Amino acid sequence: MAGIFQRISMIFRAKTDKALDKLEDPRQTLDYSYQRQLELLQKVRRGVADVATSRKRIELQANQLNTQADKLTNQAQKALEVGREDLAREALTRRSGLQQQLSDLQVQHAQLQGEEEKLTRASQRLQAKVDAFRTKKETIKATYSAAEAQTRINEAFSGIGEEMGDVGLAIQRAEDKTAQMQARAGAIDELLASGALDDPTGTAKDDITLELEQLASTSDVENELARMKAALAAGPSAAPQAIEGQQGPPQAQQPPAQAAEPPSLGAQQAQEYQAPPAQSQEAPPAQPQGDLR
Amino acid sequence: MIVRILNEGQWRLSDEAVRGLNSLDDAVEQAVASGDQDQLTRALHTLLDRIRTTGTRVPDEELEDSDLILPAADSTLEEVQQLLSESEEGLIPGVSAP
Repeated sequence: MAGIFQRISMIFRAKTDKALDKLEDPRQTLDYSYQRQLELLQKVRRGVADVATSRKRIELQANQLNTQADKLTNQAQKALEVGREDLAREALTRRSGLQQQLSDLQVQHAQLQGEEEKLTRASQRLQAKVDAFRTKKETIKATYSAAEAQTRINEAFSGIGEEMGDVGLAIQRAEDKTAQMQARAGAIDELLASGALDDPTGTAKDDITLELEQLASTSDVENELARMKAALAAGPSAAPQAIEGQQGPPQAQQPPAQAAEPPSLGAQQAQEYQAPPAQSQEAPPAQPQGDLR
Repeated sequence: MIVRILNEGQWRLSDEAVRGLNSLDDAVEQAVASGDQDQLTRALHTLLDRIRTTGTRVPDEELEDSDLILPAADSTLEEVQQLLSESEEGLIPGVSAP
């Protein structure tokens, strides 16, 4: 194995060596390096959060686009029902534009999800390495003389340095991808805002909806008119039918109504019976009062 | 021998296994030289698959230097080329400062 892999390995090693050359008292620098590792770890975690945010944004946009696509399908259906093929065609054309956007978004979503998973795993690996480095640095500081420590520190540094280089690349990559996605997501937001993709909240109506509503209200008016005309034309013959129809049910309901009468009478009677006692309660005191005077 | 696959981690391979990788390594080099993305992706996948199946993973909590570092399976040509041209800064943010 030679060639490019050796060259790539050399880059990582050169960087670690360069970092090590700068160290004057390696044992003191262990703590400093550990701090830097923790900072990188935080950066990785922020990177994971950023990617997750972008992914969620794309999910939201895809939902909006889906809603729009469904709406355009309905519009096309309605337009066809009222015989407006031109409107139906316009709605379907717009929908196919949306679907292209949607499939682009799905590809991006999959990519972001992949980056998110990779970064999450990288973050876990780095966490484990940083923990190992902390243990090792304490051992080095406590156990070894300066001369021995130098060798041990080199080992610890090269192991973690390489991991940090790897994770650093992963973050950089995720950041680049996320920036691209955000630019695209912004473009779709603008499209949604400009009304080109229509407003999903339904506050502003697109031209297809307006025309369909006009058609619908016109046909509603026509239908109502037609119904009224028919009713008028049917006039005398229709009225008796309606009355006859109304007479039927009351007859059928009469028996229950009669059955319900006695209780209601009873209730009235009860009220009547209750009333006199109320009066009689007032009366007796009145009588004694009269007697006393 | 320890091999790192960028973005994935480290694998420990026997010398015998490493010798078996040589032809696959050539294919990657050729792809990079000719600037063929499809060829690069195919060659990298084959090579990395072989490493994953013949090697054993180095546990995350072990701090060890890799003998070889390989690009990630989904690397683009630009990424590999950039990696190769990279020399001065940015790769090791944690220990680059004095």
